Amino acid sequence: MGSSKILYRAEPADQRLVEPLDMMTLIYQRRSGITHMVGEPVPQMLAAMGDDAVDAAILAKRLAKTFDLGGAADAVAVLSERLEELAELGLVERITDA
Amino acid sequence: MHEFRVQVGPAAFRIGSAWREPLAQMAELYRDYPQPEFTDFSVRLEPTGLLRRWLRPSVAICGDYMLPDAAPLPLAQGLLAAEMAMNLQMALGWRRHLLLHASAVERDGRVLVMTGQSGSGKSTLSALLGSRGWRFMGDEFVLLDPVSGDAVPFPRLISLKNSAIAAMQAVKPDGHFGPLLAGTPKGDIRHLVPPGDAIARMGQGGAPALLLFPRFGYPGEVREVAPGETFMRLTQASTNYVALGEAGFTTLTRFVRSVPSRAIDYQSGEEAVALVEQLWERLA
Repeated sequence: MGSSKILYRAEPADQRLVEPLDMMTLIYQRRSGITHMVGEPVPQMLAAMGDDAVDAAILAKRLAKTFDLGGAADAVAVLSERLEELAELGLVERITDA
Repeated sequence: MHEFRVQVGPAAFRIGSAWREPLAQMAELYRDYPQPEFTDFSVRLEPTGLLRRWLRPSVAICGDYMLPDAAPLPLAQGLLAAEMAMNLQMALGWRRHLLLHASAVERDGRVLVMTGQSGSGKSTLSALLGSRGWRFMGDEFVLLDPVSGDAVPFPRLISLKNSAIAAMQAVKPDGHFGPLLAGTPKGDIRHLVPPGDAIARMGQGGAPALLLFPRFGYPGEVREVAPGETFMRLTQASTNYVALGEAGFTTLTRFVRSVPSRAIDYQSGEEAVALVEQLWERLA
């Protein structure tokens, strides 16, 4: 798992309001005033990250305790992509580049 | 400069005009409304050029909040210009409530909210229900209180367009109608003064109990609308959701969580009223 060395940290939980609505979840970001409409697995990812700096592999392990992620390698690849998207949105922070 | 003041729901307006006629029409139509001492917004109707006050006069809308490219209207449509200017001040400047482009009626302290594109019939439908035992609360904006979640009335003049004019004249032959404004950018327009109880009770809000997305001109049908879609459509129907920040978010999510919503198609006013009564009975 040495390939995914980029670490991410979610914005502190008190910086966002989370409202699950049927098939989507609304996340209001206090810092920007932007409302994000997101689907699975984004709310689950943010919850599993907590306050820790994690990479996609660690996140996959945490999520695998509660969810059936299928193939581990696929899950890490998918989560890497989602983490990059969340960093672009400002919902997670990219901490270190390998 | 001639001046007229009027209170509509929580908002107080001062309208100034270079001409007397539009204000005389407003004073007549708004004669039962309170005239406030202090105002939230100022609007002015001014000539577009120095000679335009007398030669083919046309009206430019000026005020606290302005659209840079608003086209001037002929003086005969001065009343429409004033009404548009009041709406514009609300849409761009109001911060005390979350504003939804919607109509609303109330019964037993609970509120039915209807929203949709121009031409959906939400305005005509609210006027129709207002003559069938419901209290008319407004046909342009519904104001949601960020603290209580209540819908607050904004019962300005009902703006009837094209075929809705004759339809409402048939329903309310003794209604208090304004002059026919023919050939406006939105077609023919005629204003109708809301029923007396709408004006007398314009300080009383109520808890929202049902949200409808009406659509005129399609065979009668009712569809469920999921909360996520409702939220998205209401952010589009709101003029100040972004400006209100966190208060806008909490107000709108509370509304979407607590109020059932349906899309309804209909082909006549009678059909719509029957659908509304059924849904109100079942869901509200």
